[in-house]
Amino acid sequence: MLQEHAKIVDFIATAEGVTGRKKLQKMIYIMKKMDMPFQEKYEFHIYGPYSEELTARVEELCDMGFLSEALEDKGSYVQYKYTVTEEGMEFRKVLGKSILDNPVTAEKLNAKSGRFLELTATLLYFDNLNRQERIDKLHVVKGKLNFTAEEIDEAFAFIEELSA
Amino acid sequence: MSYATQKLAEEKVFKDPVHRYIHVRDQVIWDLINSREVQRLRRIKQLGTSYLVFHGAEHSRFNHSLGVYEIVRRISDDIFHGRPEWDESERLVVLCAALLHDLGHGPFSHSFEKVFSVDHEEFTREILLGDTEVNEILLKVSADFPKKVAEVIAKTYSNKQVVSLISSQIDADRMDYLQRDAYYTGVSYGHFDMERILRVMRPLDDQVVIKSSGMHAVEDYIMSRYQMYWQVYFHPVARSAEVILRKILQRAKELSKSGYKFEQPPTHFLAFFDRSFTLKEYLALDEGVLMTYFQLWMTERDPILSDLCDRFVNRRLFQYVDFDPGKDYKKLGELAQLFHSAGIDPEYYLIDDSTSDLPYDFYRPGEEEERLPIHLLMPSGDIKELSRLSQIVDAISGKRRTDYKLYFPAELLIDGKKKAIKQQILEMLREGGL
Repeated sequence: MLQEHAKIVDFIATAEGVTGRKKLQKMIYIMKKMDMPFQEKYEFHIYGPYSEELTARVEELCDMGFLSEALEDKGSYVQYKYTVTEEGMEFRKVLGKSILDNPVTAEKLNAKSGRFLELTATLLYFDNLNRQERIDKLHVVKGKLNFTAEEIDEAFAFIEELSA
Repeated sequence: MSYATQKLAEEKVFKDPVHRYIHVRDQVIWDLINSREVQRLRRIKQLGTSYLVFHGAEHSRFNHSLGVYEIVRRISDDIFHGRPEWDESERLVVLCAALLHDLGHGPFSHSFEKVFSVDHEEFTREILLGDTEVNEILLKVSADFPKKVAEVIAKTYSNKQVVSLISSQIDADRMDYLQRDAYYTGVSYGHFDMERILRVMRPLDDQVVIKSSGMHAVEDYIMSRYQMYWQVYFHPVARSAEVILRKILQRAKELSKSGYKFEQPPTHFLAFFDRSFTLKEYLALDEGVLMTYFQLWMTERDPILSDLCDRFVNRRLFQYVDFDPGKDYKKLGELAQLFHSAGIDPEYYLIDDSTSDLPYDFYRPGEEEERLPIHLLMPSGDIKELSRLSQIVDAISGKRRTDYKLYFPAELLIDGKKKAIKQQILEMLREGGL
C-alpha cells in the first residue's frame, strides 16, 4: 500500500533532494527506461516525456508532509526544490526497503542539468528509431533549444553508461 | 485521382446521438472505419467499469472515435477552411489521427495497463506502423503517412496546430467524450455549447486560439469537465469495480507464475504474464474475452480468484471509506496485519486507491509547467491566457483535488470465524479509527 508514493520519496531521499520540476520528471523517466519499477505513465509534452501522474503524486506527497517544496529564485527564473522531510523519512522507513538497486544512478542523474536530462529523456523517448532518426526527430520537436552535436553525443554516451 | 483525395460516390452518414450525423466522404476514412482494428473498438467500452454505476454507459470507443473524427472534420472543412493560417494539406492527416487516436486501447484499459505494465499509446503506434489493415490503408496514401499519423497522436508532429486539435486543454477528444459520456450515463453535467466553441476557434501561429467573444462557452466547457470528472469518471463505486478487476488479473498472474493448474487455463493472458506478447495477441483481446474468462473462473478451485470473479460478474463490490494517507499510513499497516490474522489476504481484500484531477492549468513563467494554456484572441489581435480574463476559471486554475479511498469486502468482516478480530477491523474502518 502506498508503494508508489514510497518509491518517489525513496528516490528523492537517495538523490539528496532534486531541484526543478522538469528535472525530477526527466530523472524518473530515465530511471523507468532503465527498467526501474516506477509505475507513472508518461506522454510527450512541451519539455519531452512528462507524467501527469508523477506531478499528482509529488503534490500529494507535499500535502501529506513527506516532501517539502521550496521556491528557489535563480534570478531570471524560479525553480522548486524537493527534499524529504523528517515525516517523509519515517514514512520511507515504515514502508520498507529501497527499490533502487544502485543509488549511484540517482546521484549521476542529479549531477546533470535539467537541459541535459531533457535531451537525454527525449532521445530515450524515441528509442524505437535509429540514431540518426532520433537526432532528426530531436531537432523537429526541440528545434528552439538548439542542441549541439557535442551535447547529443554526450547524451548518447550517458545513455550507454546508464544501460551498462 | 490519388487515393489521398479519392471521394466516395455518395457520402456515407452515421446516425449519432451526440452530433446527430457523422459524415464520411473520403475513401481513406471509409476504409479505415471498416478495418479490423477500428471495428475492434466496438468491443471495448469507452467508460470501462462505469456501466456498473450508470447502466446506460455501455457505449464503445468506436462511437467516441467517430465522434472525434466528426468534430475535427467540421473544424477542418467548415471553420478553418480557407483561412491563411491553416495548412489545407494537413486535412487528411488530422482526420485520420482523430479517427485512430484511441486505436491502441485494450479491454478495461486502465486496469489492464496497470497490471501488465503496458501502454495503450505504444500499441496505437504499433498498430499504425505494424502489420495491420490500418497500416496497409495508410500506406496507400504515401510511404510516410502512417508515421505522420502516429506522430500527431504521439504529440511529436511538427505542426502544433494539428496536434492541438487532438490533444490540448480544449480539443476534439475532450469535447466529444464529455458530451458522449454525459449522454450515455444520463447525467445532466457534461453539456456545453460546442457549436459556439467551434465557431470561435481560430488557427494562429503554432496554436489554436479562441476568440474572446466565446469565453463564456469555454468557461462552461471547463466547469462541465470538472463536474464530469468528480461525478462520473471518479465515481467511488466504479473505482471499486476497477479495484476488483485489477485484483482478478493480478491473482491470475500470480497463480500462473506459481504453477497452479487452472481448470480454465488463461491462454489469452499467458504472453502478458511473461511479457512475451505480440501485437496480434494484444489485438485478440477484447472485453468479451475477459468477461468470458471471469465467468469461467467463478468456479475455479482457488478461492480468491473465484470470489473476485464472482464479485465482478455479479456486482458484489467492495465497500469503501475515506482515509488520509499522510496520517493513516501506519494504521494501514496495522489493518493489513489484522486482515492476515482474520484469514483474509490484504493483498487482495484491502486496497488503497487515490485519484486526482486538475481542472485547468496555465503556463507560469519559470515554473516548468507542461500544459499549453487556452489562449483567447482579443479584438485588438492580442492573445490573453484564459484565467487572466475569466474569474470562474481563475478560481479553479492550478487547484488539484485528490480523493483517497480504502476498499474492503464488508460482508467478509461480518460473518464467520474470528469475530473479535473482525470486530476490531470494523471499528478501525468505521468508527473513525482511520
